[in-house]
Amino acid sequence: MTLGNNQEIAVHASGVEKVYISGDTNVVALRGADLEVRCGEVVILAGPSGCGKTSFISIIAGLLARDGGKLEVMGEDPQALSTEARTAWRLRTVGFVFQQFNLIPTLSIAENAAIPLILQGMDRRSACVKAKELLDQVGLNGRDRSSPIQLSGGQQQRVAIARAMVNSPKIIVCDEPTSALDGATGLRVMELIAQVGRMPGRAVIVVSHDDRIYHLADRIIHMDDGRIDRIETTASLRNAHV
Amino acid sequence: MPIFALKMLFGDSARFYGMLLGLAFSTLLISQQASIFVGLMSRTFGFVTDTPQPDLWIVDPAQRFLDDNKPLRSTAVQRVRSIEGIEWAVPLFKGLLVVNLPDGKRQMSQVVGIDDASLIAGPPFMLEGSLTDLRKPDAIIVDEKATRREFKMNNPPEGGEPRSLRVGDTLELNDRRAEVVGICKATQTFQSQPVIYTTYSRATEYAPMERRMVTMVLAGVAPGVDEVQLIKTIAERTGLSAFNGEDFADKTVGYWMRETGIPINFGTAIVLGFFVGVAVAGQMFYNFVLDNLKYFGAMKAMGASRKTLLGMVFLQALTIAILGFGLGIGMTSAFGLTVPGERLAFRMTWHIPLIAAASVTVICTASAALGMWRVLRLDPADVFKG
Ligand SMILES: Nc1ncnc2c1ncn2[C@@H]1O[C@H](COP(=O)(O)OP(=O)(O)OP(=O)(O)O)[C@@H](O)[C@H]1O
Ligand SMILES: [Mg+2]
Repeated sequence: MTLGNNQEIAVHASGVEKVYISGDTNVVALRGADLEVRCGEVVILAGPSGCGKTSFISIIAGLLARDGGKLEVMGEDPQALSTEARTAWRLRTVGFVFQQFNLIPTLSIAENAAIPLILQGMDRRSACVKAKELLDQVGLNGRDRSSPIQLSGGQQQRVAIARAMVNSPKIIVCDEPTSALDGATGLRVMELIAQVGRMPGRAVIVVSHDDRIYHLADRIIHMDDGRIDRIETTASLRNAHV
Repeated sequence: MPIFALKMLFGDSARFYGMLLGLAFSTLLISQQASIFVGLMSRTFGFVTDTPQPDLWIVDPAQRFLDDNKPLRSTAVQRVRSIEGIEWAVPLFKGLLVVNLPDGKRQMSQVVGIDDASLIAGPPFMLEGSLTDLRKPDAIIVDEKATRREFKMNNPPEGGEPRSLRVGDTLELNDRRAEVVGICKATQTFQSQPVIYTTYSRATEYAPMERRMVTMVLAGVAPGVDEVQLIKTIAERTGLSAFNGEDFADKTVGYWMRETGIPINFGTAIVLGFFVGVAVAGQMFYNFVLDNLKYFGAMKAMGASRKTLLGMVFLQALTIAILGFGLGIGMTSAFGLTVPGERLAFRMTWHIPLIAAASVTVICTASAALGMWRVLRLDPADVFKG
């Protein structure tokens, strides 16, 4: 993998290790994982269940401590920060899309999407106005006062995408964003992620083993048993399918 | 985030109303039962509170509480008067006598005989007539409640509909004529018999003849005299026990508290109220936090600080505590205002809302602390776990 142009590096991970200690047994989840993601890139992290995808993405997002290796995300090692500083760093730097959406049912979708801005100290009114713009972008115009429970799964995931982008984070991480959705809906959600995520200065990492959406990414990083197994580019993928 | 925290709370309406009612009911049980308890207990010494004039209440040393009459010889008054530092001393008669109503009904009544000359220890409020009317022949003053209830004239002498006893009517006390010259308002007694005031000498005429007629001696202390020393002197010189009003009331309440099951009954109800709050509201609040844990977790991952998250839980607990307590105290007050005082002793002293508030605080703090602990322990990495 080479840096063919002068694009900024969003994520640089080398030799990342993670060992879970549960009782007497140690589970090695990552055994030297390397990854480089450039700004403007959308990558999919794929691989069989238990190969360490979630662990890896959690470490990159500053949610989980690693047990070895090096990591720089947007020029910073989240693990080098204090807990408070890391929390603030996540708020500024990382947008999250979860498999189960995690929208608060008693808030309107605009309020849900506004949460990162409010956490950053913006007043509620302005934050909701901004969130409404994002909801318009993800195709939910006019629905901003709805409750999440009035929306379909695909629409809820769109709200989550709006929420992940509302404060313009540099990195967006998504863990299985389409696996709670049916195939067609999942595809449209992934299209949205690829579209809004692929922006200069922003990188998107999506964990998924749904191969129907692979063609929407720039690269597919295949993991196996805690390591990067092989990397496909979309071009090679298309060739394989032809 | 405060507004979002409140929306989360109010939005979960089934649970919100559950918690609200749980806390309100708990507050109601605690404050209502405590108020009735205080009300009942203060009835035991109502006569002492109604009678502010004496500095000292002088009784037989064996007397355990206000109504535990151990009459004294009539010389007791003279002996107390002769003690230096006593400004004045008057006898008081207090006893249960049978009253015959014109329609033949008989009613045990509490007769209070007050000093003929000074009329000290008369009723606290006169509704009709005046205290000095007691100096008329056969005069008695009757408590207003009794005129409507026990002494209601079912067959008035002038004929017509049944009516309340009124000034000018006559009763018989132990077969002697007694004429109503006034209507007063006295604090309800614990045993709740009708209260009749008359003069000491007339009371002793009404009462069956006995050697000891003075129920107690009421005394005033001369200015500048040390009360504690005086009480000792009275004990040495007369063998009698003297108390100031407050101590006498305390002694009386203390007796009822120690010797009856009343405190246990009310204590049980109050503790029950507390546990209803814990079981219903505390438990529901904790479940509310647990249900929202995934959202708190997501917010923690997104970059919400501990302070923000704990602040949200704290605000939710505080809000439900204030609303539940307010509703409960409101219900208790409404109860206290609507139930007639003569039926039910109800007295909400300022301590009672404080006690209820403390209980609600304990319940909400404990469940909020448990909830906060769960929020603190949340591993943000868990948000990616299904
Ligand atoms: N908290 C934990 N404690 C112990 N072992 C864990 C923990 N989390 C993950 N593991 C183990 O680490 C390994 C990697 O888990 P991880 O969740 O990263 O895999 P994954 O690739 O995301 O799998 P899936 O596709 O099923 O989500 C697995 O063997 C898993 O059982
Ligand atoms: Mg996973």
